[in-house]
Amino acid sequence: MNEKDSHPSGGEVTQPGEFGSTAVRLDQGHVVGDGGIPARFENPGFPPHTHRASDLSESGAKRAERAVGGLFILSILGTLGFVVAYFAIDKQSTMFIPGIGQANALHAVLGLTMALSLLGIGFGAVHWAKTLMPDTEEVEMRHPMRSSDEARKDFVQILGDGAESAHLTRRPIIKYALGGALGLFAVPVILPVIGGLGPLPGDDLSVSFWNGHQEEDGSYPNAPLRLMRDPQNTPIKASDVTIGSVFHVMPEGLLDLEKHVLEEKGKAAVIVMRLDPDDIRSQKEKDWGYQGIVAYSKICTHVGCPVGLYEQQTHHLLCPCHQSTFDVTQDCKVIFGPAKRPLPQLEITVDDEGYLISKGPFKEAVGPSFWERGSA
Amino acid sequence: MNALAARRRHPAAIALLLMLGLLVTGFAYAAVAPQPAQAETSTAEDVAAGKQLFVANCATCHGVNAEGRATGKGDQVAGPALAGVGAAAVDFQMGTGRMPMRAPAVQAPRATVQFSQDEIDKVAAYVASLAPGPAVPSEEDVDPSKGDPAKGGELFRVNCAMCHNFAGSGGALTRGKYAPALEGVSGKHIYEAMETGPQSMPVFNDGNIAPEEKRDIIAFLKSIEDAPQQGGHALGSLGPVTEGWFAWFFGLGILIATAVWLGQKAA
Repeated sequence: MNEKDSHPSGGEVTQPGEFGSTAVRLDQGHVVGDGGIPARFENPGFPPHTHRASDLSESGAKRAERAVGGLFILSILGTLGFVVAYFAIDKQSTMFIPGIGQANALHAVLGLTMALSLLGIGFGAVHWAKTLMPDTEEVEMRHPMRSSDEARKDFVQILGDGAESAHLTRRPIIKYALGGALGLFAVPVILPVIGGLGPLPGDDLSVSFWNGHQEEDGSYPNAPLRLMRDPQNTPIKASDVTIGSVFHVMPEGLLDLEKHVLEEKGKAAVIVMRLDPDDIRSQKEKDWGYQGIVAYSKICTHVGCPVGLYEQQTHHLLCPCHQSTFDVTQDCKVIFGPAKRPLPQLEITVDDEGYLISKGPFKEAVGPSFWERGSA
Repeated sequence: MNALAARRRHPAAIALLLMLGLLVTGFAYAAVAPQPAQAETSTAEDVAAGKQLFVANCATCHGVNAEGRATGKGDQVAGPALAGVGAAAVDFQMGTGRMPMRAPAVQAPRATVQFSQDEIDKVAAYVASLAPGPAVPSEEDVDPSKGDPAKGGELFRVNCAMCHNFAGSGGALTRGKYAPALEGVSGKHIYEAMETGPQSMPVFNDGNIAPEEKRDIIAFLKSIEDAPQQGGHALGSLGPVTEGWFAWFFGLGILIATAVWLGQKAA
């Protein structure tokens, strides 16, 4: 190390004299050597053994013994403390622990005593091994792995004789049938694993509750549905949506489901905002909205988090997971973050009673990209 | 009864019936229709005193007649027009010390309140006199003991938690803005914030979240503030960010320290 360090400017270094006098540094015109490398490197052996305090004096060993014993006793005390605390401490009582705050006393003491109980054994054993168990370096040479030539020859002979006596070489039907059977044997093992991955998604990811219930012929009614407040499950009057408002919306009927509510919510969640129509810069957005009320899918096109953070002054919609930011004035175009596509807009209007309704389902699949989605 | 039946084809009957119908509808609507809330009692003196306070303390940004002022830099606004923001907005902004704003910034932070409640009420009366707007809620409107914390929690998680965090600890928005923590905020100010939508916050008017539901949300926030903390250090109730940091920093630190100790020779 020191020799290396004495060179002023680092780099690859060869020791002078070791590989012949012609050896030079790589960065100073290295030439291929003339065979100065020794046929076999010397085994440098072990560094000199240093003795421990416990090897050198009985008092040192005594001290180590006491330390190890002390750690084991600590473990015993921890275990006993655990048992006592388990029965003695009231489940509801709390205690103040500096730096942590108010905590349940039983949990805190059980955790502490169990830590003592386990760590006492662990640290004791390691300390024992380090201080008192023999630490002299020993070398155990590796045995050659290869069998002797006779043994190898014998083995081939035995195998050949066995195959011969079992008629394997003379009866090809058995040989090939067995091969086939063993080859196909893997199928029943693999098939359920692949089959158990579940049914193919079909159009599941492309449709949402806004499409309505699937008919028997596989088509969807795509009928208008009222926009309902989540979680109140009440319809929304367009006049209630004042400028700057934000409503979190589910399609009519979704919150009445008894099963698969969350799966449906995960695709159908919608956020409704009202902007001053003059602030909206996309004609399509205005057309698909109603007097500045616009409805967008709440499922981020990046990895599907709910995009709910609406800033009413900047009209930015922010996704809390990875900070994808959508500009509501520009048809929810991505203006920051990892999302690649704008949020899908839901076309809305009002019904005869003045409640907001959808004009049909989403025109594209909501949420993150998937294999069968087609475009990006 | 017969006399009445005989006259039912009288030419005046239809007009009378129409009249009656209109009256009934009118009264019924007046009784049921949501009233634009107005500040309860504000006298002309209050408004005049409020105007004086306003001109002295607010007009620099909001204009002498609260008409709003531009900075002259693009579409940046020094202070928005205040007609129609209502007494609730004034009570919230001044009552939490956000206004008067100390310096131009992306967001006015909560700060020490600079005016007495009496002065704030006067400015509120003045601003409310400009145009109808949401009034300051009554004591009963914001009484957490009258709300249902469970229902409020449900509403909070759908409408508020994405910005203000599941435990009301606040969170980041874009470009340096943030949703403030809700701990220690009075019920009145929470109600007013929902009603008026200050700064980046959207409006949650009574048509969206009814007054009783607002009270439920206040009750929920109070209940999580009062709930006994038995889990030790909450790490700011910020969720995976601080908890992950703790696990990585201390967990990995202890593992590395132990590995180094195990690999060391005793001598």
